[in-house]
Amino acid sequence: MKRGSIKTVTSLLQMQNIRKQYPGVLALSDVNFDLRAGEVHCLLGENGAGKSTLMKVLSGAIKKDSGTILIDGKEVEFHSPADSQKAGIGMIYQDFKLVPELTVAENILLGNEPTKGKSPFVDFKKMNEIARTSLTQLGEEIPTTAIVSSLSVAQRQIVEIAKAISKKVRILAMDEPSAALTENELKNLFAVIKKLKQDSVGIIYISHRLEEIFEIGDRLTVLRDGKYIHSCNVAESDRRSLVRWMVGRELEQEYPKIELKRGEEILRIENLNAGILKDINLNVYRGEILGFSGLVGAGRSEFARVIFGADRKESGFIYLEGKEIYPKSPREAIDLGIGLLTEDRNKYGLIMQMNVRENISLSNLHDVVKGFFINRSKENSVADKFTNDLRIKTPSIEQEVENLSGGNRQKVVLARWLFTKSKLLIFDEPTVGIDVGVKYEIYNLINQLAKDGVGVIVISSDLPELLGISDRIAVMCEGKLTGVLSRSEATQEKIMTLATGGNLEATHG
Amino acid sequence: MVEQLPRSKKIKTIIGEFGIAIALLAEIALFSSLSPYFFTAENILNVTLQTSIIAIIAAGMTFVILTAGIDLSVGAMVAFSGVIATSVLKLDLPFALSFPLAVVIALSIGIFSGSIAGLFVTRFNITPFIVTLSLMTIWRGASYMYTDGRPIWGFPDEFSFLGSGRVFGIPIPTIIMICVYIVAYTILKHTKFGRYVYAVGGNKEAARLAGINVNRTLLSVYIISGVLSAISGILLASRMNSGQPNAGLMYEMDVIAAVVVGGTSLFGGRGTIVGTFLGAMLIGILRNGLNLLNVGSYVQMVVLGVVILFAVLLDQMRMK
Ligand SMILES: Nc1ncnc2c1ncn2[C@@H]1O[C@H](COP(=O)(O)OP(=O)(O)OP(=O)(O)O)[C@@H](O)[C@H]1O
Ligand SMILES: [Mg+2]
Repeated sequence: MKRGSIKTVTSLLQMQNIRKQYPGVLALSDVNFDLRAGEVHCLLGENGAGKSTLMKVLSGAIKKDSGTILIDGKEVEFHSPADSQKAGIGMIYQDFKLVPELTVAENILLGNEPTKGKSPFVDFKKMNEIARTSLTQLGEEIPTTAIVSSLSVAQRQIVEIAKAISKKVRILAMDEPSAALTENELKNLFAVIKKLKQDSVGIIYISHRLEEIFEIGDRLTVLRDGKYIHSCNVAESDRRSLVRWMVGRELEQEYPKIELKRGEEILRIENLNAGILKDINLNVYRGEILGFSGLVGAGRSEFARVIFGADRKESGFIYLEGKEIYPKSPREAIDLGIGLLTEDRNKYGLIMQMNVRENISLSNLHDVVKGFFINRSKENSVADKFTNDLRIKTPSIEQEVENLSGGNRQKVVLARWLFTKSKLLIFDEPTVGIDVGVKYEIYNLINQLAKDGVGVIVISSDLPELLGISDRIAVMCEGKLTGVLSRSEATQEKIMTLATGGNLEATHG
Repeated sequence: MVEQLPRSKKIKTIIGEFGIAIALLAEIALFSSLSPYFFTAENILNVTLQTSIIAIIAAGMTFVILTAGIDLSVGAMVAFSGVIATSVLKLDLPFALSFPLAVVIALSIGIFSGSIAGLFVTRFNITPFIVTLSLMTIWRGASYMYTDGRPIWGFPDEFSFLGSGRVFGIPIPTIIMICVYIVAYTILKHTKFGRYVYAVGGNKEAARLAGINVNRTLLSVYIISGVLSAISGILLASRMNSGQPNAGLMYEMDVIAAVVVGGTSLFGGRGTIVGTFLGAMLIGILRNGLNLLNVGSYVQMVVLGVVILFAVLLDQMRMK
């Protein structure tokens, strides 16, 4: 035992030789992990590497096959999340665990409801106050009485974080807390994390956005294929080595941009009004990638949903290839050649009970049907092709998507829309939760689509990504289109100015 | 990275996958050992005949439950379609004319009822439970109103052939049941519509955004359930040789039990038609076996309840 000799800082948490086997998948094989008080320890790895599984083992949400967990050097055994909560462990799960029918405050204080004195009655006033306090820490103005199901993904993510920080915890594990957030919310989240650090809380931070690691992380641990690969101080690493540890090989560049030739107009929007959307005018061309930026709630997803027929427009015109269209349902839009990869894969994308194959072919069964019947061998080959192309990590195409890791689920929805062969494809946060290696491949795929003459709109909260892949970037603020920047003129600052309703001339003139 | 599963897990998976089939085999073995008559060709055919009516309705119910819905109106529809069909047969028409007419009218009523259910569920967004509960009392009441509470009989004898006749020694209801299951299996497993049924039941909004016409899918499943109930109504009337306003009482319970025992989730999106068939047979064989052993009907009810509970428990192991 040489542990004692080199121990300079005591470990708050130690996980040793953790093993977890799922049918057909060894999710964790003898993984080691340790966490000190007051540090941010980043957990990194490709999609399906086992990060979420390790966190679920820690919280007691799933049972490990073997291994030990020590807190303050003492062995503990958690049989349920309630056990780990009692031990001071807070958890933000990758797929949220909020109750959609309850209000924001009820969710934040679920299980910890304040009562009126000693009576069994819930003190709703106090409850809303406490909830508001934790939301204010995150700089958010989500009404505490709003029903969770009516919130956007980003808002739900924030409620989930507020819930976790409303309790006194010693260890806080965050599984991709930033996936749905934009810069502003992220800044608030980091401020909160820094405060927790000062209170000696140990934080486990999972994210696929590597720049976040360098901004907030103290140490890091990398997993690959369920195996422990490497641990070190963040300061001793760089982006390149991170990628190498995660992917197992070098990646020359992050955003493969190819020279595209803009074709004729494919989509024209004139004076479009719908919900919060006010008077939108916009053109999209074949063979270009149009990025869409804006803060959460700016109306980017609403815009996409109207074009896709998921929501109705109130006034204005939509022209596809010069012809006016008025899609009244997603089916009509798909038949017209429009596809939309929705944000929030779990709620609006996947059919969890269906397997990978069925989810991929769902929007375009037409292409695998022969007469009345689905041609299974054709469907299989389509599913096989996309599973290979996108490197979807699954034991087989017959695996229910519920059993896939977050990023691999995202790839399945992506495959579905690639298979629809649309003329106009709208991607709403296509790379949320996807690892660097696969991101690269997705950018290549998007490039290829544009090259083949498809009009591509990419909505993303990841600014470096938008700047890296777009030919033009449209920016929205509070339902209005505040500007469209060409690739050469777009910068992070200009986009932020437009996104917050500022004026470009004013800041630069 | 496919690895050997631990032995205990393997056994668990097998029990989960084939749980209902194993239960069925155990049941057959038990009754065969207790009653010499049980495992004879004649009795087996008898069981399929007795179970056919519940099984046919259960096929339709599977579609509905797969979409996370429920159809409580099936038993009442059996009665209403039965009394209407028999009253048409009583018209002063040649049987060759009145029979097809009776069938067409009865099936139309099934389509009508299913459409109403589908309409309220989709357009007005009312929960299927309430919609079909209302339809249940409406059709039951209508059956009593129409017949004044008395059975309808005195129509041509030829009609009884449908429920009691045999072709190549096989009861006609059994043949119809097999046909219904082959078609239902093919639809659910091999057609776009079948896929849509699962998708809508799994996640309605995601299905809509994937381009599925959710309302049309829902409407269709209620119509399927209505039509299959009407077919069962005609078969039952023929077997009883009369149109009874209280026919099919509480059938919805047996039918739902068959579907759920067969492994279909009441939350939608999960289940198979083969499972439903086995579920219906499990219940049918239980009834038949207990009858052969002269077990009283009160005890039968208790046993049936216990068996349903355990069958569902067995199925639950698959989810674990
Ligand atoms: N319930 C389950 N049944 C079967 N396999 C599972 C189950 N949950 C996870 N897995 C598998 O275990 C592996 C690890 O999954 P995990 O969710 O931990 O990955 P992750 O590192 O969090 O990935 P991501 O970055 O995509 O979220 C994956 O291959 C996944 O398919
Ligand atoms: Mg994960």
